[in-house]
Amino acid sequence: MSGLSRWAGLGALAIFLAALPQALPNNYYVDVAVLACFNAIICVGLNLLIGYAGQISLGHAGFFGLGAYASAVLVNSYGWPPLLALLAGAAIVGLMAFAIARPVLKLKGHYLAMATLGIGIIISIVINTEAGITGGPDGIAAGPFSIGSFKLAGERDWYWLMAGLLLATVWLATNLVDSPVGRALRALHGSEVGAEVVGVDTARYKVMVFVVSAVIASVAGSLFAHYTPQLTPTKADFFKSIELVTMVVFGGMASTFGAIVGAAFLTMLPQVLTVFEDYEPVILGGIMMGTMIFMPKGLVPTIAALFNRRRP
Amino acid sequence: MSMQAWKILASAAAVAFTAAAGPALAADPIKIGSFLSATGPASFLGDPEKKVLEKYVAEYNKAGGVAGRKIELVLYDDAGAADKASSFVKRLIENDKVDLIIGGSTTGTTMAAVPLVEAAGMPFVSLAGAVVIVEPVKKWVFKTPHTDRMAAEKIFADMKKKGITKYAMISENAGFGKSGHDETLKVQANYGMTLVADETYAPKDPDVTAQLTKIKNTAGVQAVINWGFGQSPAVVTKNYKQLGVAAPLYQSHGVASKDYIKLAGDASEGVRLPAAGLVVADQLPATDMQKAVCAKFQKEYQADFKAEASTFAGHAFDGLQMALAAISRAGSTDKAKVRDEIEKTSGYIGTGGTVHMSATDHMGLNLSAFHMVEIKKGDFALSD
Repeated sequence: MSGLSRWAGLGALAIFLAALPQALPNNYYVDVAVLACFNAIICVGLNLLIGYAGQISLGHAGFFGLGAYASAVLVNSYGWPPLLALLAGAAIVGLMAFAIARPVLKLKGHYLAMATLGIGIIISIVINTEAGITGGPDGIAAGPFSIGSFKLAGERDWYWLMAGLLLATVWLATNLVDSPVGRALRALHGSEVGAEVVGVDTARYKVMVFVVSAVIASVAGSLFAHYTPQLTPTKADFFKSIELVTMVVFGGMASTFGAIVGAAFLTMLPQVLTVFEDYEPVILGGIMMGTMIFMPKGLVPTIAALFNRRRP
Repeated sequence: MSMQAWKILASAAAVAFTAAAGPALAADPIKIGSFLSATGPASFLGDPEKKVLEKYVAEYNKAGGVAGRKIELVLYDDAGAADKASSFVKRLIENDKVDLIIGGSTTGTTMAAVPLVEAAGMPFVSLAGAVVIVEPVKKWVFKTPHTDRMAAEKIFADMKKKGITKYAMISENAGFGKSGHDETLKVQANYGMTLVADETYAPKDPDVTAQLTKIKNTAGVQAVINWGFGQSPAVVTKNYKQLGVAAPLYQSHGVASKDYIKLAGDASEGVRLPAAGLVVADQLPATDMQKAVCAKFQKEYQADFKAEASTFAGHAFDGLQMALAAISRAGSTDKAKVRDEIEKTSGYIGTGGTVHMSATDHMGLNLSAFHMVEIKKGDFALSD
């Protein structure tokens, strides 16, 4: 992506996000938009790892959950200010991701998937069973997000915060992708041996991108803990991890805007499909399968390619 | 997705829903919203609740509705996830603009809904068990099931009759089990009971032999109480039998369904538990006011679904009846009036017991709502 189209994309996203609330008739729609923003932020981070560096993570909900629970527990049980708890959560997750990244990222393919899966499941089990701290399956309430005397209340306030954060995340991600780091990551995706031969310290870059994506998930998690009235462990479980990876793959790997589209689409779809009641999972599965069969590169890259081909 | 497409999808959804609801509905129906855990780990709660709500709303409509208005049920499945529940509650309040909400199969999903209904001023009848839902009293929140504290009191009363003073407890470390555990500790002193062993396990543990061995080896255990939901009480019961623990085993009202007996098999013989009249409807004395209500509900449920109605099905039935009665008394769906009328519910005889609500009691059941039952020959037998 050239510098110009990056700013164009960012600008288009900003205009879209700014205009969106005008079209949303009530707070329920805003709520769905906020949830889509949450997922989009995590997916943009995850896409750096999966799409650009070519490393799979099936445990990202674990990092999201860890950030969320760090905030909820520190604010609820220890009375920390939310912002400090958020930073502490991000620091904990960052350190943890850094510690496990080296051994884990030595693995490839299925083995890497299994290792990250294991990490995610362990985090989920701890959250579920340490009921004395986390509240167990019943969950825990973190209360509203506040800085000093300013309290964030209502879906629309949250929307502006999350939309802003999404823009910042996209800016960060596209910046990273266009930098030497991004080129190193893509070289590493193409061929790890090849990248090493030309002098890319592959291990360092892999660790870096792993930590960055984990911290992004953690920050989103911390905020989510304040957004949801009750935080429960389902947000940190294996299925959430799969959902996140699906969003990235569905929208299109190695496409930052693809990750956003994937996240937004798959957040909305279950809400729209509730009208089919019992058939909902079948239809959801059908749409996913259809997309993967007919658009194996994901939604955005396929449509972009189609668009480019049509143009003379 | 562009805004246009989102709007088209949304309106398509609205059209599809209206079509599904049927053309027979007259203008301005009473809209009852519901979010239940019809699928997922808590589906043993949500599934019968969903069946009951759908069945009886259809029956009310066949009979002409309530206060001359048809009833429209808007029901979502939260799959037991609190965050989904909170989204659906926002949807019910903001988008579907329902008049009243009945739902929340689990304590987790209910507590996710509480701040939302309180802020919106939406009458809400919860179908979940824990005491925290109605204590402290929340203006807009009511509930139909018995609390875990009442179950603990009923068990202690039974123990006292048998001269038991020292007991052990084994409970799930979360949710219903944890809440039951804590409530038991709060009321034990009132009955002169002493806890001598306290063990916990995770809801999905396939084996609790280690914990039970510890209890077995503790001196002075005269009875054991198990707090759990779903599969775990059956696991405890089986392990209990395998270890040959001599002290009587008490279960909570959380296992008052035939599924528990099926899962635990022979090991469940002799287990005692507090249960609502519904599970022993045919054994109740003719003088019991609940007998007719329970027997009728049980018969209607079995005719439609070819399965025995669990107490959870009964909770949904009671919730719907009380809510519709309140709307009928209020003469409108004005939320404040309906809330006041639900709070004035008095003398309603339901499957869970006789309900007397008040400004300080948003559940309205007392200990008489529970019967002590014992499992004999694979069935519940009344024993008080």
